[in-house]
Amino acid sequence: MRALLDVYIQQFKTTLAAQVQYRAALVIWTIGHILDPVIYLVVWSTVARSSGGSVGGFDTGEFAAYFIALMLVNHATFSWLMWEYDYRIRHGDLSFALLRPIHPIHADIADNVSFKLITFTVMLPIAAGLAMVFHPTLHLVPWAAMAFVPVLILAFIVRFLVEWTLAMAAFWTTRVSAINQMYFVVVLFLSGQVAPLELFPFPIQVVAAILPFRWTIGFPVELLLGRLTPIEALTGFAVQVAWLALSLALLRIIWRAGVRLYSAVGA
Amino acid sequence: MTYLRLLWVFFRIGVMGELAYRVNFIVQLFQSLLGLVTALGGLAVIFSYTDRLGGWRPAELVALVGVYLLVGGAINLVIQPSMERLIESVREGTLDFTLTKPEDAQLLVSVQQVQIWKLIDIVLGLGVLVVALVRLGADLGALQAAEFALALLAGGAIVYSFWLILATCSFWFVRVENILVIFQSMYEAGRWPVSLYPGWLRFALTFIVPVAFATTVPAQALAGRLTWQTLLEAVALAAAMLVASRLFWRVGIRYYSGASA
Repeated sequence: MRALLDVYIQQFKTTLAAQVQYRAALVIWTIGHILDPVIYLVVWSTVARSSGGSVGGFDTGEFAAYFIALMLVNHATFSWLMWEYDYRIRHGDLSFALLRPIHPIHADIADNVSFKLITFTVMLPIAAGLAMVFHPTLHLVPWAAMAFVPVLILAFIVRFLVEWTLAMAAFWTTRVSAINQMYFVVVLFLSGQVAPLELFPFPIQVVAAILPFRWTIGFPVELLLGRLTPIEALTGFAVQVAWLALSLALLRIIWRAGVRLYSAVGA
Repeated sequence: MTYLRLLWVFFRIGVMGELAYRVNFIVQLFQSLLGLVTALGGLAVIFSYTDRLGGWRPAELVALVGVYLLVGGAINLVIQPSMERLIESVREGTLDFTLTKPEDAQLLVSVQQVQIWKLIDIVLGLGVLVVALVRLGADLGALQAAEFALALLAGGAIVYSFWLILATCSFWFVRVENILVIFQSMYEAGRWPVSLYPGWLRFALTFIVPVAFATTVPAQALAGRLTWQTLLEAVALAAAMLVASRLFWRVGIRYYSGASA
């Protein structure tokens, strides 16, 4: 445990140095993560105004709160693994990671968390700025706001494990960009980024409830905004834990199979 | 004419290069269709709650999606790959070879790389436009069609000049390709009418990153709500930016010292 902590701290220092050096990648991701929610916020506010002030239980202020919170949650939980893994495998960078005595996922987590620590110094002021422009209405419920912290951490871990698992598709195919884009579209709609999920037709809501994406993005947002009953919050938490177990198991199985294949190719 | 002939030559080179990798066609087709599904899916959710968005009817917004795909396809087909190659050749000094050729250098660098599979986006965009027009029941008059063509040309010229100006900056700064990526990510905002956005964002999308003229304005022409004033502004801006980018390019070329110098 102590050794692992040292690894994380060291990785944090490395990432910090690297990110300050390559600010461009940082800016690009950040712009995308700000622009998308702003676009949908503007669109839905227009719809709400034209239909007498509110749509499906959201007025313009609640839409503003939803999409600004969504921007922060999405940024907190996202990873760029699926775009990087392919490169890692084809260029053999993975070989170095395999030589280390610990699982390569730890370096990735530390890398990701350090990246977020830097970008949040930009995202939080931007969220404040957007709040001044769009006037969100926030009804904070104390228990929900407290539950938000563990739910967000769990959401981050589940999304990270799911994406790490999907990224391993690169062991089997070199055309991951098509897979990545498909994943991106599914997540866009079924996690609540296009609209709050309660605005979708019922069959889509059912599909979203089965898949993990809603529980890693939409659910923490709805919880923070105080839109959930304690029962709903507990159910969501239970689904998150179930997905945590499932994704951990899948990750282990696929990782073993993938690494075996990888060494076979390299030999 | 020379421009078209050169474009054709580079297009043929692109075809020859890519025919070795035919599976890429399927992959690109799949990705383009996914992009279309995303755009139309978003519209479907929104129009299940309203019948107009900021005054735009559903079919008009579908037309906007068509223009968005069409212009985006044209950018990715030739403008973006050519400009990226230009930036790279300035850094590596291979621009020397282009400059020694007898054709106009700006012409050459503007069409030097063609990603042929992006034609799929253009075809898809045209298809979406046709569907939207049929659904609009529009008896598209000759005047309206001409307005649309003019607005589209002006939008294309503005986007091209914008990219050329940014790429020309690479004569002084090394890492400009990152600014171009920012344009790519902001282009997505053009899928919606810019009139929806709050003032500051509308201003940015019109004058800082000229997305509005590339997508909203031509779509307005199709929907029959383009004023002569806007069209004139678009054409004037296009002309001004073409001249400005040309002048700036010549300053840049003069500054360029080559790799061997």
